[in-house]
Amino acid sequence: MRHCRPGTVRDTELLLSTSLRKVSMAIQNDAGKAGGRSGPGLSAFIYDPFYRGLIFQALIALAVIWTGYEIVVNTIANLQRANIASGFGFLGQRAGFDVSQSLIPFTNDSTYGRAFFVGLTNTLLVAALAIFFSTLLGFIVGIARLSPNWLLRKVAMVYVEIFRNIPLLLQLLFWYKAVLALLPQPRQGIELPFNSSLSNRGLIVPRFIPENGFAIVFAVFVAAIVGAVLLARWAKQRQMATGQQFPTIIASLGIIIGLPVLAFLVMGTPMTVEYPELRGFNFVGGVAMKPEFMALLLGLSIYTASFIAEIVRAGIQAVSYGQTEAAAALGIRPGIATRLVVIPQAMRVVIPPLTSQFLNVTKNSSLGVAIGYPDLVAVFSGTVLNQTGQAVEVIMITMLVYLTISLTTSLFMNWFNSRMRLVER
Amino acid sequence: MATPTIGYVSTQELPALPPPDAGRGAVAWLRTNLFATPLNSALTIAVGLLLAWALPPIINWLFFDAIWDGDSREACLVEGAGACWAFVKAKFGQFIYGRYPLDQRWRVDLVFIMLVVGLVPLAMPKVPYKKQNAILMLVVFPFVAYVLLYGGFGLPVVETALWGGLLVTLVVAIVGIVASLPLGILLALGRQSKLPVIKTASVVFIEFWRGVPLITVLFMSSVMLPLFLPPGTNFDKLLRALVGVALFSSAYMAEVIRGGLQAIPKGQYEGAAAVGLGYWQSMRLIILPQALKIVIPGIVNTFIGLFKDTSLVLIIGIFDLLGIVQLNFTDPNWASPVTPATGFVFAAFVFWIFCFGMSRYSLYMERRLETGHKRR
Repeated sequence: MRHCRPGTVRDTELLLSTSLRKVSMAIQNDAGKAGGRSGPGLSAFIYDPFYRGLIFQALIALAVIWTGYEIVVNTIANLQRANIASGFGFLGQRAGFDVSQSLIPFTNDSTYGRAFFVGLTNTLLVAALAIFFSTLLGFIVGIARLSPNWLLRKVAMVYVEIFRNIPLLLQLLFWYKAVLALLPQPRQGIELPFNSSLSNRGLIVPRFIPENGFAIVFAVFVAAIVGAVLLARWAKQRQMATGQQFPTIIASLGIIIGLPVLAFLVMGTPMTVEYPELRGFNFVGGVAMKPEFMALLLGLSIYTASFIAEIVRAGIQAVSYGQTEAAAALGIRPGIATRLVVIPQAMRVVIPPLTSQFLNVTKNSSLGVAIGYPDLVAVFSGTVLNQTGQAVEVIMITMLVYLTISLTTSLFMNWFNSRMRLVER
Repeated sequence: MATPTIGYVSTQELPALPPPDAGRGAVAWLRTNLFATPLNSALTIAVGLLLAWALPPIINWLFFDAIWDGDSREACLVEGAGACWAFVKAKFGQFIYGRYPLDQRWRVDLVFIMLVVGLVPLAMPKVPYKKQNAILMLVVFPFVAYVLLYGGFGLPVVETALWGGLLVTLVVAIVGIVASLPLGILLALGRQSKLPVIKTASVVFIEFWRGVPLITVLFMSSVMLPLFLPPGTNFDKLLRALVGVALFSSAYMAEVIRGGLQAIPKGQYEGAAAVGLGYWQSMRLIILPQALKIVIPGIVNTFIGLFKDTSLVLIIGIFDLLGIVQLNFTDPNWASPVTPATGFVFAAFVFWIFCFGMSRYSLYMERRLETGHKRR
């Protein structure tokens, strides 16, 4: 005889249900006897979904623990046999290698720990820039795919179908080895405005060196952003209360651009510009965007933009045409209807997959290792691992970094989703 | 009595007139699709100019200036030479088979043919015997393919270090998908489970693999996996990569399948319980057939992603298609400024054909499987 338990087993219910269990078991046994089928206690025990679940879970837990134990024991034995030190002490040791590009000061006298931060900042730098450019390009292409213009629509479609279906690694290698490597020597580099130059050493642009008082300009800039946000809130409140509109966008742009420029002039232009100069075979001065960095940024942006374009297209198409028609029926002009009716609803569909694309960009930036961009994986899981041999610690730290980024983003997404969810009445 | 005829009532229907000239023909098409508004016209002209600037050099490079024949780099060193297809021609065997011994390559061909013969009827919805075919492909084919590719039963052994090119790409992709489907189903069921231990284990597993880049997984499987095993065990480099790829893709597969499980209405679960089916029975007979059907496009998309990701194995020193193409750039006999671009364009074309084909197939299945249950 089978016993049906209503509802689900939760941890909190566990104690209560166990005692209930005994009672119902007793009843069940009585019923079994009354029916003349005196089933053995053991099979009733095995066929009971509750105990079955417990046994099954215990087995799984045992298997997991046993696997973990085996891994730990084997790893320790293997490490001892290979005479590899363990622990995180290596992070304080002298690294002894150079990194071609770093946002924070790094020499070969710096520690492995500092090398880790160099890799991390490089990863975050290229990821942030690639997210920016791919979103920009992706929105343009996605909207172009819905354009009434046949030519534009087809070009956008061809773009998406080509770049979405070719491995990112191949695209990176293509940009790096087949395009950027063919650029001329610095001496014959392609001249660009402001003494910039594009050559096989990368893109060299003038360097802006802030002087005393630039901090104040920056502070004014931050204050202007805060002011613009407050202004937008005030304008919205006023519109809600009185129906009067305020030109928020123009006013905020004016504040954000105008105030810092004013401060810059008032402080007496506290900045010098260092133009790159060709000396011998290479450039001196200026900031160089290395070919590795350019190839990675280009490849990541173009590849991800093709995915974002599809997300944007799907999002806009998900808003039913009735919404546009209803807006028209209310006398709202098409431009405003798109901005206030279609886009907010499309964003609800667009944002979750868009975030996962942003996560993909961050994870995919690790492919820079193939073209020599010093990101976290290249510097830490590559060079540091090779020098120290401490595979377990190094790879664990690397994975932990990516996991932290991913999980933080998905937590944020869950919060965002619950906030944006359609509340049905 | 004869019907009186009235002169001004027509006795027959007049033939339909053609629509006005402005509404049909090439001109009208141009006017609605390219020059509808001033903005539209400007866009058309801008895009047209862009294409006129970009397309001719690309086409010239690919076809008209390309070098189609030649024995060495000399042929491709000509001033203004386009793509060096002679390089691809000379290395084609390597690109497909890697360093697989020449006299044994028929074995690879045989596996390719078996794969196509097995997959095509499986992919066509109208062909019967799906179940038998699937069992054949999932159980018998892997074994036969393994024996043919690796050796045994009288065939000489070909070490996996000699495998390469498209062969390795396909092996990694197919093993990844075949292993990830059952694992993914189990993980998805585990994540939906009411048993706390199983649920937690599945969630941790899935989120871990989804949270890290494949490249760290490959690093881990090539560097750390040997450390995890009892001292003295040493196993194949390709197999280590396969383990990593399979675990990685099973986490993604699990999330796709979970989407399908969640889309099944609760009434189906309750109905299955009401007719007295146990957990596994109701999953096997009621829930999974419906859930898997819904997510076939998602599964194909995962497969496309996996197929593209196989190229990452070159970073840990396995020569898949991209790896072997890249390796051949270093051949001094073929080194020229256009060789890398040519090789990459060829590899890109091969990858593109596979991925584009799969994505079209997924669209086709999506339309076909539309049974009218979709919420509107």
